[in-house]
Amino acid sequence: MKISGTIMILGSALLLGLFFYPLWNIRLEAPQYPDPLGMDIYIAGIEGEEEFDIQNIDGVNHYIGMKKIPKPEEMWEFNVFPIVIGSMAGLGILLGFLGFFGKISPHWFMGWLVLMIILGILGMYDFNNWLLDYGTDLDPKAIIKLTDAEGNPLNYKPPLLGSEKILNFTAHSYPRTGAYMMFIGMFLTLIAWFAGFRTVRTKK
Amino acid sequence: MKQLNSILFLFLLSILMVSCGEDDAKSRDSRSGGAMASNAAERVYVAPGEHDEFYAFLSGGYSGNLTVYGLPSGRMLKEIPVFSQFPTSGYGYSEETKPMLNTSFGFVPWGDAHHPDISQTNGETDGRWVFINENNTPRIARISLETFETEEIIEIPHSAGNHSSSFVTENTEYVVAGTRFSVPYPQEDIAISEMKGNFKGPLTFIAIDDEGRMKIDFQLKMPGFNYDLSHPGRGDSHGWFFFTTYNTEEAHTLQEVNASQNDKDFIAAVNWKKIQEYVANGGGQEIDAQYAHNVYDHETHTATSTMMNKVLTVDPRDVEGAVYFMPTPKSPHGCDVDPSGEYIVGNGKLSTDLTVHSFSKMLKAIENKDFDGDAYGIPILNFESTLAGTVKEGGLGPLHTEFDGEGNAYTTFFISSEVVKWKLGTWEVLDRQPSYYSVGHLMIPGGNSRKPEGKYLISMNKITKDRYLPTGPELEHSAQLYDISGDKMELLLDFPTHGEPHYAAGISADRVKANSRKIYRLDENKHEFAATSEDATKVVRQGNEVHVYMTTVRSHFAPDNIEGIKVGDKVFFHVTNLEQDFDVPHGFAMIGANTSELLIMPGQTKTITWEPKKAGVWPFYCTDFCSALHQEMQGYVRVSGKNSNTPLTWTLDGE
Repeated sequence: MKISGTIMILGSALLLGLFFYPLWNIRLEAPQYPDPLGMDIYIAGIEGEEEFDIQNIDGVNHYIGMKKIPKPEEMWEFNVFPIVIGSMAGLGILLGFLGFFGKISPHWFMGWLVLMIILGILGMYDFNNWLLDYGTDLDPKAIIKLTDAEGNPLNYKPPLLGSEKILNFTAHSYPRTGAYMMFIGMFLTLIAWFAGFRTVRTKK
Repeated sequence: MKQLNSILFLFLLSILMVSCGEDDAKSRDSRSGGAMASNAAERVYVAPGEHDEFYAFLSGGYSGNLTVYGLPSGRMLKEIPVFSQFPTSGYGYSEETKPMLNTSFGFVPWGDAHHPDISQTNGETDGRWVFINENNTPRIARISLETFETEEIIEIPHSAGNHSSSFVTENTEYVVAGTRFSVPYPQEDIAISEMKGNFKGPLTFIAIDDEGRMKIDFQLKMPGFNYDLSHPGRGDSHGWFFFTTYNTEEAHTLQEVNASQNDKDFIAAVNWKKIQEYVANGGGQEIDAQYAHNVYDHETHTATSTMMNKVLTVDPRDVEGAVYFMPTPKSPHGCDVDPSGEYIVGNGKLSTDLTVHSFSKMLKAIENKDFDGDAYGIPILNFESTLAGTVKEGGLGPLHTEFDGEGNAYTTFFISSEVVKWKLGTWEVLDRQPSYYSVGHLMIPGGNSRKPEGKYLISMNKITKDRYLPTGPELEHSAQLYDISGDKMELLLDFPTHGEPHYAAGISADRVKANSRKIYRLDENKHEFAATSEDATKVVRQGNEVHVYMTTVRSHFAPDNIEGIKVGDKVFFHVTNLEQDFDVPHGFAMIGANTSELLIMPGQTKTITWEPKKAGVWPFYCTDFCSALHQEMQGYVRVSGKNSNTPLTWTLDGE
């Protein structure tokens, strides 16, 4: 259980990377933006890739009536996410230590992972909802109002994952360092469970 | 066997083809004309979106400005206003920049820009600033290569025809400003015919500090010759400055004849380090002077003009060993120092020859007191004792020389209209190429530094005639780009230039482009009347002066409706561009304003005034196509009668 516990500690500690590195990034490319506009999404707020990118994205978005990019205090998520991630990391590390000293069964690791996956999916669901709201809840006095073939207002929602053309911009939405650290961490906890499970079984 | 034969045959064939190809290439090189044959088009082609390899800063001559070109494409990138009002941006019209054109003669809206020179560190161009002189109302300007804007202008007192300027020493210790038209020093009311012996030609040494700030350190009270051009020593000759002179006859009328009588004029060699030391030890005499020192601040976005009233003057005879004259034939014009600092070239404009002095021989001659008399107490060195060599029959009418760093020099010949390449040391002519027409100046990037970047040469020609589609009697001047990387010069390109370039300075783009600013930071804007957010916009009346604190952002002004202005008011529009995105300027123009527009860069504040003469509702608008809603970027000012009671209000979207 020593190896398994160590991997568990390592894996869940990798979540802490989210406090330092962005989780996600959305980048807007257009011919007149040879340096694309980009925003880095952290668990505690959104920052421009370059200093004035947020201001400039807001400037572009105001033509189609999009809301401004929210400040940390304007979205409850930016208060709750750090607590959730911090707690999960702490819990994971604690479980790892307990496992290391053989106090608990490796199935606790699996339990942690399942909880993390559920929270992750909830997080993604919430993020997607925000993107949807951001891309569809438009100012009725918007300067440019465009409709699709059926006469419905255009949806400016950036993709959750991948690249998509939105008017003159191409939006790229991809995970960043923080997310990769989280994925690796979660994968490590799976290995921790597997390793622990095998040791326990061999001992029997 | 049959197979082997055919292989052999193919082999021979390919050798034949390769050698044919070589012949072709050789014949291509030897033919000078024909862009297709020499692939000249390819060599100056900079593909869409690609950048040029060099910046070239060309003086705008009587435009008063500095133009920025890319080489080798010859594309003009910017015109930087320096000594002349520039309605395009509001330079010299806006309240902030009017002080830049202030002088001891009052506001001067125009200037004659001459010789740009790039600041140097250890004898190499460093890409911090460009200095340029104004010939007519003597001034020196400093242009920042971060903002590509004029940051400072200092007037040169007691000078006239500020021509042998604005060349920098190899660590930018000094920028010099000479005097081309000798004048009473200080000015006084005397008969022109009493010129000889009474007029002087002061040479001014302006110290440059680490921020680029200019301060006159001293003025050297030289005899009243005409100091035409100059260049600093470098390497071993660092610490010296060399000035060509003409009219050592001191003729005061019909100078084209009377100033061309002496077979030799002089190159003045000035040991500025000696004088610097002399001055630092309290030498020299402080005399009255009146000159403006104008400084533009990129945080307040405002220039201030300070009138100075003293200058330190030094009599060269008071400093032992500070100044010598080297006789140089035929009214020399350009005064150029080779990259090693050993050779000083006098371009005797009325002859076919170039005279080259040797710095080491000069030092020896000084040591041996090898003098040939004196002029006003300044020793004249024996001509033979400083002579390094003569370039014979180079052409007719040599004006200027630049260097490629490979031991070659390139001289322009105005009268015979050609650029001539010759070898330093052997003085033999290696190549000559015609110029179209009557070349004045030439420039090799870094060609007057320790490390020239000898790939291209541009000639700046005085006569254009038929080189382009005709545009009536008045034509732009013309420049030509030569490839000088091979043994022979190759003409690659013609391109028109703005105003009349009197010299240029070039530098590798890599030393400059990374420092070029994209925006001015709004959070660093310290303009007295800036509104850095829409919440801060307001209109304030002080008597009949009304200050409008206005902002612009895509695509509206705040406020955009103003009421309560009266006939007879003086309205100050202080317009701040709130954008913080690269290349999103906004313009501001007011109907009937007796001034220019404003073109405001992101984060900047600029001001124009408007004195409404008639009651009514008068629109203003953005002049720069800033966005899709640019046409909507407009507003109104309601002007009421002088004695009306319309309350002062300002709104945006009815709020």
